[in-house]
Amino acid sequence: MKSNTKQGKELDRKKLLSDPILMIIITGISVLLILFVIYPLIMLIGESFEVEPGEGFLANYVNVFKMSTFKSALANTLTIGVISSLLATVVGFIFAYVDAYIDLKSGFLKAIFNIVATLPIVSPPFVLALSALFLFGNAGLVTRGIFGMLSSNIKGYPGIILVQTLTYFPTVYLMLKGLLKNIDPSLEEAVRNMGASRPREFFTVTLPLLLPGIGNAFLVCFLESCADFANPMLIGGNIDTLATSIYLQYTGGWSTGSAGNAAAMAVYLLMITTVFFLIQKYVLEARSVATLTGKASRARILIEDKSVTVPLKIVAGVIGSFVVIMYLCVFYGSIMTVWGRNYHPTLKWWKYLFSGSGEGFKAFGVSFGLAFISACLTSLFAMLIAYIVVKKRFVGRKAIEFVSMLAMAVPGTVLGVAYIRGFVTGVFHSGFLAGIYGSSAILIIVFVVRSLPVGVRSGISALNQIDKSIEESAYDMGANTAKVFSSVTLPLIKDSFFSGLITSFVRSITSISAVILLVTPRIPFITVRINAYADNGNFGVACVYATVLILLGYASIGILDLMTKKLTIKKTEI
Amino acid sequence: MNQKKQMPVKLEHITKVYTNPKTKRNFNAVDDVDFVIKPGEFITLLGPSGCGKTTTLRMIAGFESPDAGEIYFGDQAINALTPNKRDTAMVFQSYALLPHYNVFDNVAYGLKLRKLPKDEIRRKVLGILKLVGLEGTEDRMTNQLSGGQQQRVALARALVIEPAVLLFDEPLSNLDAKLRVSMRTEIRRIQQEVGITAVYVTHDQSEAMAISDRIIIMDKGHIMQMDTPQMVYYHPANHFVADFIGEANFLPAKVLEVYKVTDPKKYGFVVKVSLNGTNVEILSNNGPKPGCDCELVLRPESTTIADDGILECKVIVSTFMGSHQYYQVKYNDCTLKITDYNPRLKKVYQVGDKAFLNFDPTNLQILEK
Repeated sequence: MKSNTKQGKELDRKKLLSDPILMIIITGISVLLILFVIYPLIMLIGESFEVEPGEGFLANYVNVFKMSTFKSALANTLTIGVISSLLATVVGFIFAYVDAYIDLKSGFLKAIFNIVATLPIVSPPFVLALSALFLFGNAGLVTRGIFGMLSSNIKGYPGIILVQTLTYFPTVYLMLKGLLKNIDPSLEEAVRNMGASRPREFFTVTLPLLLPGIGNAFLVCFLESCADFANPMLIGGNIDTLATSIYLQYTGGWSTGSAGNAAAMAVYLLMITTVFFLIQKYVLEARSVATLTGKASRARILIEDKSVTVPLKIVAGVIGSFVVIMYLCVFYGSIMTVWGRNYHPTLKWWKYLFSGSGEGFKAFGVSFGLAFISACLTSLFAMLIAYIVVKKRFVGRKAIEFVSMLAMAVPGTVLGVAYIRGFVTGVFHSGFLAGIYGSSAILIIVFVVRSLPVGVRSGISALNQIDKSIEESAYDMGANTAKVFSSVTLPLIKDSFFSGLITSFVRSITSISAVILLVTPRIPFITVRINAYADNGNFGVACVYATVLILLGYASIGILDLMTKKLTIKKTEI
Repeated sequence: MNQKKQMPVKLEHITKVYTNPKTKRNFNAVDDVDFVIKPGEFITLLGPSGCGKTTTLRMIAGFESPDAGEIYFGDQAINALTPNKRDTAMVFQSYALLPHYNVFDNVAYGLKLRKLPKDEIRRKVLGILKLVGLEGTEDRMTNQLSGGQQQRVALARALVIEPAVLLFDEPLSNLDAKLRVSMRTEIRRIQQEVGITAVYVTHDQSEAMAISDRIIIMDKGHIMQMDTPQMVYYHPANHFVADFIGEANFLPAKVLEVYKVTDPKKYGFVVKVSLNGTNVEILSNNGPKPGCDCELVLRPESTTIADDGILECKVIVSTFMGSHQYYQVKYNDCTLKITDYNPRLKKVYQVGDKAFLNFDPTNLQILEK
């Protein structure tokens, strides 16, 4: 019999069309994704091909590539990216390994590990850079205070690499921790049983199984490093990376080059990150899980050998404590009378911001409000997208998933530039939506677009855990799509919804790269203000704001913890 | 339930094409399946995994769309209807109870969608819970119930909306063996009491025998046979059905002569076959051509073992099973299974013994090759 799926597809399409709410959701999401993700990038790419009469098609790309500033920025970006990611991967791996294979015993180490585990969520930009300057800068506590050095060379490569390594290793730690959990200990026991020593077990079983996961973690760090704006800005000295170069091009820090050149530069960065994003997402991510055999059946027998455990614990303990100290330094920086000269505690910087005419409360209110609205919108859209991607079959499903994840590949600075190009004179220069440029609305949109990938990803994994037949049963009993979503799906993914809400809130309130290009002076967004104060050498005020962000981050985690605990208690009670 | 809604279901040349994800080749998961279910009938789709039975059921529910053919409820063609617009209710393999609702709200879910008044919902839910033997559990959360109770909630939830067709997707496969037996009796009792049309999917042939008015046996997307449990057991249409339903021995034979007879037991033919030179006369309802090769189906329990008889064989396995002695014997190149019930008072043959097989010629089925 001839195989022909035409009728089935036609019927599936008819069924989809007979569900108006679903159609509205799909259409609405498609329009928004096209307008706020695809369209600005197309405008940016289009501009990079706008050349003077008589010039070649790729003139902007050729011109930019000839600029010495671009060449050094490109070299800096890639060098820093590789070194920081390598170091972060090594440190993160040590943490994950210690966590999985060694009984920490001491409460101090456990506390350090717990704090490190929260850093990827909280970590506001500038914090580590500020405290690196505080400790090792020209007027640093260590460099001048202890060693009496009159100048230091922390700015530039050492500073950026130190700060990026410390920023990214907790992410590696969490990723690898999850993978190590999925290695069945009986594999390791089997080779030990066949006579392999611990090192041999490590090199023949654990490491090879983890290798794709390690590669994946490395690339995630590399992408972050390439896109990093805040750290090179603050601690880069006269070193520029692609992200900061693009910013300086647009804000007039560099007088050379046309708008087309600037766009070409942004597209260069976009190409680098997109290529690595695609490799990461489609090659390594899938493979890093596929090599693992599944859930661990039993607890692992921990390593007892002191010659292994003690050095590993010391390394992890020292690095972990160092990071914690760096976070505390920011607080100290906020109460120091004169940065690097007078260490006497004072509240003057706090008073400067939070009394009388200080902008502190306004900045806090504005940042909180914007981030909160964005977080609500993000979690709503993320859940809707995850729902239709996981539960519905329609043409364009894969495209919706891909585009909503695409923002992960777009560095914030590039997105900021693309938004300027796309919306200053309205959509396609028509004036339509031109009003959003310079308003709070564009900031909210950028926050949503930037947090969407994380939300969609966690939504997809939450939905995949719900047995398909639970929703089918409701559908079968007569509920339409909207009813199934509200009465069955949503209640079951509540936890994931709230954690998505909090995560995107913290991500938004701590974001800087895209915002800094789009914000106007009327809107005192905290991270932007930190950059401004630090730029003017007013580190005390910058540290006050950074402290506020750290506190906000931990408060959010606390609320999430309370909420999920409350929800879980409710579940066990019933 | 007072009101009886009985609806015939017709599947007309239904085909469903899937693509093998590895080879990217299309194949027909369900291939030209065509049958009619009478109103109030209990039909079971039976077959090994991958035979297309669940896909067929899901097409009736509307979760999958057929690539060819049309499905009718009564006179209404329903291909283009979404599952929520079809008057079906399904009992899922995993029960699919809503974990955040209690028993009452689970059962009331479909009634609330139909916007029934509150007191009527309450009356109906309590009534149906009584029918499935779950009175007093309405305030419990579903995860506090045992597997069998969850199964009953799933059944109550499907029954309470009084669907035209009740669908079961391997509903008992998560229960232990004893509970499976009592639940299938229960499901049959309730279906008879309500008088609803039901389609049931299972790979367990004893479940299918116990529960159904008629069984549809499927393999590789095709219907192999559709008939009552007795007919598929005693008169399997082909080798696959004979092998799949119960235990069967197959003996190669040659048809010698065929006589037409009028027999009260609706056997139309006497067929004389040669089993390796031993001639046997068989009563059959089909009349193969003389001279052709055929296969005789011999059920283990309709064969007896003795010191003399029709076929000479050698015992190679002899195992005491309590209710019966289980033998495997070698006859020529064939290994045959024999179950000899109540072995306590009989002679038990040991491995290596010579013995003879006996059978009633009416208990054989001839399959043409």
